[in-house]
Amino acid sequence: MTNTIIWTVVILTVLGLLLSLVLFWIARKFRVEEDPRIDEIEKTLPGANCGGCGFAGCRAFADAAVKAGNLDANYCPVGGSDVMKKVAAILGCEVSEAAPLVAVVRCNGSCAVRPRTNTYQGAQSCKVKAALYGGDTGCLFGCLGCGDCVAACQFGALSMDAVTGLPVVDESKCTACGKCAAACPKRVIELRAKGPRGMREYVGCINKDKGPVARKACAAACIGCGLCEKTCTHGAITVADNVAYIDASKCKLCRECEAVCPTGAIHGVNFPKELDKEAVKKRIADRKAKAAEAAKAEVKKEESNG
Amino acid sequence: MGKLTFSIGGIHPADSKIARERKIEVLPLPDKVYVSMFQHLGAMAKPVVAVGDKVKAGQIIAEPGGFISAYIHSPVSGTVKSIGPRKDLAGFNQMHIEIAVEGDEWAEGIDLSPELVTDIPEDKAFILDRVKMNGVVGLGGATFPAHVKLCPPPGKTAECLILNGAECEPYLTSDYRILLERTDEIVVGAAIMQKVLGGCRCVIGIEENKPEAIAAARASVAKLGYPNMEVAVLKKRYPQGGEKQLIDAVMHRQVKSGGLPIDVGAVVQNVATSLAVYEAVQKNKPLVTNVLTVTGDCLPVERQHNYLFRIGVPLSFIAEYAGGIPEGAVKIVSGGPMMGKAIANLDATTVKGSSSILYLSGVTERKAESNCIRCGRCADACPMGLEPFLLKSLYAAGDVAALEQNAAQDCIECGCCQYSCPAYIPLLDNIRQAKGQVMAVIRARNAKK
Repeated sequence: MTNTIIWTVVILTVLGLLLSLVLFWIARKFRVEEDPRIDEIEKTLPGANCGGCGFAGCRAFADAAVKAGNLDANYCPVGGSDVMKKVAAILGCEVSEAAPLVAVVRCNGSCAVRPRTNTYQGAQSCKVKAALYGGDTGCLFGCLGCGDCVAACQFGALSMDAVTGLPVVDESKCTACGKCAAACPKRVIELRAKGPRGMREYVGCINKDKGPVARKACAAACIGCGLCEKTCTHGAITVADNVAYIDASKCKLCRECEAVCPTGAIHGVNFPKELDKEAVKKRIADRKAKAAEAAKAEVKKEESNG
Repeated sequence: MGKLTFSIGGIHPADSKIARERKIEVLPLPDKVYVSMFQHLGAMAKPVVAVGDKVKAGQIIAEPGGFISAYIHSPVSGTVKSIGPRKDLAGFNQMHIEIAVEGDEWAEGIDLSPELVTDIPEDKAFILDRVKMNGVVGLGGATFPAHVKLCPPPGKTAECLILNGAECEPYLTSDYRILLERTDEIVVGAAIMQKVLGGCRCVIGIEENKPEAIAAARASVAKLGYPNMEVAVLKKRYPQGGEKQLIDAVMHRQVKSGGLPIDVGAVVQNVATSLAVYEAVQKNKPLVTNVLTVTGDCLPVERQHNYLFRIGVPLSFIAEYAGGIPEGAVKIVSGGPMMGKAIANLDATTVKGSSSILYLSGVTERKAESNCIRCGRCADACPMGLEPFLLKSLYAAGDVAALEQNAAQDCIECGCCQYSCPAYIPLLDNIRQAKGQVMAVIRARNAKK
């Protein structure tokens, strides 16, 4: 009995040692040379494997980055510039500073302002709904409210607001991976620059219908009136296809567009103070009056000169 | 011949043909009609009139936008008021021509007399030209341009023309009414198509729940005496009127995946299409009228109607003329309850393929979805032999390759799976999406070749 046990232990030990030698030899002989930086970069990356960078996962991103030797075409939206700096340090190259982005829902057609014209009973999926018909309001462009974006978000940053029926982005969790924007069949979600201290202005509507049609469908629609475009002194706003768009790179956050918008389609978020519309409107009026006076003076001057 | 039917799947919904005894009435003209440029399968038609033009009924107002497309004619006489986007019944913007109605004057060369013309023209090209120029499309639901279907590709010959009078969708009675009231014209239309296809056999298939129509068709076929034509009785089973199902029932042949009916020597046309072909060829009358049923489970029988309407009349006008939306209606559907489309916008206009305004009560509302219990009823019900539960899961997983392997592209969207599901899972809603994805992949692959 004791013998059997001893023999078993001895044989297994010897066998184990022999096989480990074989394994050691094979590992040496058939070693695949891999850049150690790939592992290093992968460890630095967030490890969410979300695909927001355009690669299959973090490992694929690291592989591509090492192969390219620079970070010109590669950017991890989840890690942001902090992580990218670290990756750049590993690769020994420069990283271009990209402005941090955040998902923005460009529809403000809540249940209160966008009257429902019919009820939908099909599969609760925006994709299915968008293929079947124009949506349960008069607006063909806005949020369908089935929450495909919420399902697509891997970071729990999106949720449906039961009162408005629109998705809400939790900025602290949003990594701007773009999954929600891709999941939305109406392309309502846009990745926009987060802005200084999160302050940003955006048009919360993408309705391309003509003004009266858009307004009938939704009280908070952008009607393409162009007031914001005329008011903006920084040339940040353009109206095309009956809908305004604010270029975040030109916007100086003066909030004048927000004050003049007749339907309240322009939103400013994360500003420390609430917008005093009257004060801003007065400021605009004063400026215009001054400009008019200056123009008159100019004309007079020219006349006296001439 | 016994009662014919297809070999696998199918369901037996109550037929609810409440409006079957209501004779076809002629709908009066509204003040304005809106003619959609997208009334057929294929490319959108291109308007050939301008705002302010005077048009007569039956005059061409739009020409085909491609090989698979169709001419569109003015349904009324009057003035073109506008050409632009307008919402269709699903709420999407489509190009429409708005015409203000003035009188009722028809274009020259159109024979409006009711006399039956039984002499069929000898020249095939002449017949096809008339079918094409008069904008005839398949009126069974898919609105596929009829002249394209009547020209089999080289190397293929039609052995059997199947005339689809199954009308397997519950509630709808428009095909039944024309089979009763315009039997002779339908039979002549069938003979015309028979001639174009080279004198093949012709079978008029009618479901067994329409014995009067069967008797009328048999009497007419015997009276007119066209050769090689017969009436077949089909079992009452949904989707008996599906193209592939009908071929299976009548010819006992199956169209393979990705194939066309002509591959097995079949051409299927609806009875309403046959009537349109008759009018186009014998009377030179374009397809500007069709029959539509106003029906539903919450509508008393005296308020149900079969109307001969001009294509382009707004649905709201017909609904109002028929007495407004009945109490208790929670759904308004265009087409049958199985494959019809919910009308999201009653201001939308009628098109060539419009077959009904169907008011459904609360009992048809969808119930809350629960988990799949793997009972397999959907697979039993699928007339194409697919596994709907599997396709739904594969769609959820986003596995397009597996979807193609499991033939999601073969789905005919009949809705049998969803109808038979005890867990109320919206199977078809998902499979339709899956089908779209697979078709896109197949198209991309074919384009590469």
